[in-house]
Order: sequence, then C-alpha cells, then structure tokens
Amino acid sequence: MADLTIKNLRKSYGETEILKGINLDIKDHEFVVFVGPSGCGKSTLLRSIAGLEEVSSGEIFLNDKEITELAPAKRDLAMVFQSYALYPHMSVRKNMSFALELAGQDKETINSKVDEAARILELGPLLDRKPKDLSGGQRQRVAIGRSIVRHPEIFLFDEPLSNLDAALRVQMRLELARLHQDLNATMIYVTHDQVEAMTLADKVVVLNQGRIEQVGSPMELYHHPVNEFVAGFLGMPKMSFLPGKVKSVSASGVTAELTSGYEIEVPVSSDSIQPGSDVNIGVRPEHVIITDKNSSKFQAILDVAEHLGSDTYCYVKTLDKQMITIRTPGDFLGTFGETIGLNLDPLQCHLFDTNGKAVPRLSRAAEVA
Amino acid sequence: MGIAKQNARMSRYMVSPSVLLLLLWMIVPLSMTIYFSLIRYNLLYPGENEFIGLENFEYFLTDEGFGPGMSNTLLLVGSVLLITVVLGVLISVLVNQAFWGQGIVRVLLISPFFIMPTVNALVWKNLLLDPVAGVFTAVWTFFGAQPIDWFTDYPLFSIIMIVSWQWLPFAILLLMTALQSLDQEQQEAARLDGAGPIALFRYLTLPHLARPIAVVVMIETIFLLSIFAEIFTTTGGGPGYETTNLAYLIYSQALLQFDVGLASAGGLIAVILANVAAFFLVRLVGKSLTDK
Repeated sequence: MADLTIKNLRKSYGETEILKGINLDIKDHEFVVFVGPSGCGKSTLLRSIAGLEEVSSGEIFLNDKEITELAPAKRDLAMVFQSYALYPHMSVRKNMSFALELAGQDKETINSKVDEAARILELGPLLDRKPKDLSGGQRQRVAIGRSIVRHPEIFLFDEPLSNLDAALRVQMRLELARLHQDLNATMIYVTHDQVEAMTLADKVVVLNQGRIEQVGSPMELYHHPVNEFVAGFLGMPKMSFLPGKVKSVSASGVTAELTSGYEIEVPVSSDSIQPGSDVNIGVRPEHVIITDKNSSKFQAILDVAEHLGSDTYCYVKTLDKQMITIRTPGDFLGTFGETIGLNLDPLQCHLFDTNGKAVPRLSRAAEVA
Repeated sequence: MGIAKQNARMSRYMVSPSVLLLLLWMIVPLSMTIYFSLIRYNLLYPGENEFIGLENFEYFLTDEGFGPGMSNTLLLVGSVLLITVVLGVLISVLVNQAFWGQGIVRVLLISPFFIMPTVNALVWKNLLLDPVAGVFTAVWTFFGAQPIDWFTDYPLFSIIMIVSWQWLPFAILLLMTALQSLDQEQQEAARLDGAGPIALFRYLTLPHLARPIAVVVMIETIFLLSIFAEIFTTTGGGPGYETTNLAYLIYSQALLQFDVGLASAGGLIAVILANVAAFFLVRLVGKSLTDK
C-alpha cells in the first residue's frame, strides 16, 4: 500500500512562491508523471515529497501518516536523480547495498536483495565495476537498482532520462514502463518531456507556475484539456489557436467566426457563452485536412513543410496571418508559397473562452450528466 | 623523413635552450656541493683544501647533532602533517556550512599563510608564548595555573605549534575548495539512503577529500623538511639539540663552525633523505592522484 496525499502544499524562497497550494492524491501502484515547463515547480514538488526541501505550509500524508516534517531517510521513499548521483568511489554492488548496510541488515539479506535487483536490471556482470567505468545507460540502471533494493513505498524519479542520448532514452523509457509492471510499484516521475509523460503515465499532472493545471490520464488530457495551457503543452507539434468571435449559440453548439471570416460550428456547451464574446478555436495538427484551394472557403498559404518520412508537418499562414500547423501523410507534395484549402474537423476542435478556459463539449457534458 | 619526425626533431631544438639552462641550474650547484663535500674546506683554515674522500660524510653522520636532527626533522614533519590534515579537514567541513559572516571567517582562516615565517615566529615568541608577558601566560595566570616557559620546557612542541599555525591555512584552502566540488545530489541521495551527518562524512566527504589530502601531504612534506626560519628566530636549535632539524644542523655547521665541506656533506645527505621521502610519497600519493 502506498497512497500519497498532498494537501495545500506551499513553498516559497523569500518573496518568490514556487508552489502555490498543491492538492494531489496518488493511489497505490500508480505511475504519476509531473510535467510542465522549466521553473513550474515540478522538481520542487518532488523534492518536497522526498523531504529534501522544507515546505512553507501544507501537509503530505503517506498511507494516512503525516510525513511533512519527517527526515528523508524515514519516509521510505527512494529517489533516482538526474545526474544519477552514484557514489563515485564505491563499486556498483556497494552503491546498491549502501542503504541496506546503513540500515544494519545482515549480509545475506543484502546480497540476495542486490543480486535480485541486478538480475532485474541485467547488471550482473557490472557489479564489481566503479561508476566511472559505466556508460550513461548503465549508470542510470545502477541508480534505479539502488532504489529497487530498498523496496520503498514510492519511487521518485527526477528527470532520469534527460542526460541520455535520444536512442538510449527511448530504450530506457521502455525499460521503466516494464519495470513499473514488474515491480507493481507506485512511481512519481518528473519530466519536461511530454512524450515521456504521455507514454509512461497512468496519471499526468500538468504544472504551470507553481499550480496544478490539470490531472488526468494522458488521453483525457489530450482530448479534453481544461485550458489553453494544457492544450498547447501536450501534443507534438503543438495545437494551433485561431482567434474569433462567437456569432451565434444553439443547442447543437457554438458558431464562431474566425478573424479570417471562416465560420465554424463547434459542438460545445453554449451555457456560459454569449454571442459576440472573444474566443479561441484550438485545433490539433492531425485534425486539419489540406484540400484543393477551390473546395474550401478557408484558404491559406503553405509556409514551411517538414518531411519526417512517416508524416509531413506543414506550417501554413492563413490570409489574416494566423499560423496553423498541419500533420499530413509523408508523401505530401506541397510547395512553398502555394495556396491551399483547409478543412477543419469541427468535432475535434476545442473552444476556449476569453480566460483561456476550455468550454466543455456537448458529448462530454452528456457523459457527465 | 616524415613530417612528424621532422617536427619532433625541430621541437627538440626549440626546447633545448631552456632544458640546458635548467640543467645548468641544477648541475652546477650540485656538482659544487659534491666537490666541496669531498675536500677539506674550513673558512677558518684557508689554503688547506686537499681531497679527503668521504671523511666529511663520516664526520657528519657521527656528529652528535645528527641523530637528534634526524629524529626532530621526522617528528616535526609528521606532527605538523597530522595536525594540519586532521584540523584542516574538520575546519573546512565546518566552514563549508552556510552561516552568517562565512566570507570573513574564510579570509581570517587563510590569513596566517600570508605572514612570513620570521614574523610569525616572532609573534609567537614575543606575544603569545613569552613566559612573562605572553598571552598564554596571561590565560594560565587567569585560571590560577603555573605559567609555562614554552621554549624551555616544550621546545619542539612549541615549534610544531608555530609551524602548524602557519601551514593549517594551506590545508584549509585546498580542502575547502575541494569540498565545494562535492556533488550536492550525491549527498541528497545518501540522505535518502539513510546516512546521517557522520555517515555522510565517512562515506562521501572523506573519500572525496582523499586526493586533495594527498596533495596537501605531498606539498607540505617538501616544505616542512626544510623548516628553518621558525627555529632560527625562536630557539636557535636549542636547548641542546632539542629543536635542531637537518636544515638547522647544516646551517650551524656551515656558518657557525665555518666548515663548508662538512655542511656540503650534510646537504647531500639531506638531498638523499628528501629523495627517499619523495620516493615513498609518490608511491603512496601518486596512485591516488593518477587513479581517477
């Protein structure tokens, strides 16, 4: 059992408030990812959970026991650091057994636990080496092994993959996902990389400027972002935002007129929307289709096209100078400066009100009701 | 002939002047010392400079000052090394914690190193350790204890104290700098692993300091073998031979007894001794320096 509850956690350095009241519930066996731009407080939050930062106010509970003021070692958490933080003068085996030896466990238990961790992480042949003789990926594995041997209630990861090269990062990401399955453990993972967040998490926590913007499963966040920040932060390439005005509202949705004059009816709840108010239409690159320029009223000029093989990302400029990103098949053959027609899928569009908050979809509203 | 070979040859020509100069710089005094050590050469008896073989060495080694000089040298070097390293580690760990006025404390800790040995010795002799007017005496009297005549009762200990005071800042300087490169995340990881302050010191700080400590030991040994000014200004090697080290013994033979030949022989013995020490030090220390 490892349920973590955070209540109204605040942390400030002098005048600057880093965490502005965090409330969060983490359930047993969950893989939770904190994601956000740099400086959003995600690492500080993780370090507060670990006990490496003193919090200014608020409470942290682990299995209904308050741990806010407890020393790091007594919290029964293990942490993997970005720099791995291996002890440089100790062998791999000693690195992994260090915590157990400090806890005064007997030699046999220690050896069996270290061997078990080495087996899981395939570190067997490296046990007698020093950290300096290991590659980045191997060091990373030792750092993970160091936490595994302790059988902690919760594993904490502080951007563990950011020091690895791209190929290794993908590989370690898979290994981490597998490890989470194997150990069936609770894990909290901090990253600025949304791909890691989307692929690893059961639950993503999006942080911005010391606040939680949204908590939910990756797909929930992707399809139903609560505001422009979350919508823009998740998804690669980014969602495009087109400013417009509400023209009319009806039971079937909100009709907005974009600055380019194009009208679109988005099926969202019209309860809080008044005709004439400013809104933003958000559309993901995969929900725009490029058509012949004569078959659509929404026209744009093709700017740069990035050919990735499997996909082509097209950056287009509408006639009123708005940028839209479009994902097209890899064999797309548009040329720079060409005029094209755009077809937005209204069912997949998001509508954000003047404050940047998402207006709930009708389908969604029905589900909730 | 390949370009690389040509280049190598060229560069050999280019460096040769400085190599030659350095060679002369070493060879001339060394050979003169060797020459002087093999002849009878006393300034009080000019003109009688005949070759006498190893007689000077025999006299030096059987001199009644040689035994004490040797042991005093080793005792002095050993004690000062021990004091500066142990205190140096403890003090630098202490001032590595953040506290108010850290900058000033650090400057104060380093400052004894800027005072020249002669001045240092005079300050200790006249201000601190003076049996009548010294600060130590004042403290002893304040507590009602019998003041100590340091240079008479504990001469070598007094010298050790003075030299340690002089060299402690050097150790602190090196170790303090090294501590700043101790990885923060490693310490945090250890704290999560359950390491308290003592375990942190024992398993992270000390191993991290192994290399700078080796450097401190090596450099200090080189300088401590030739401590002279502190002895000259305070005890003059006495009482008896109690504070005479090899450097002072050589000085007293050359310039107090005017026997240049004997002093040269002593100098060569000191060179050999320094080399023996260097040999063991490099074996001991060099490994930890090259082993990354």
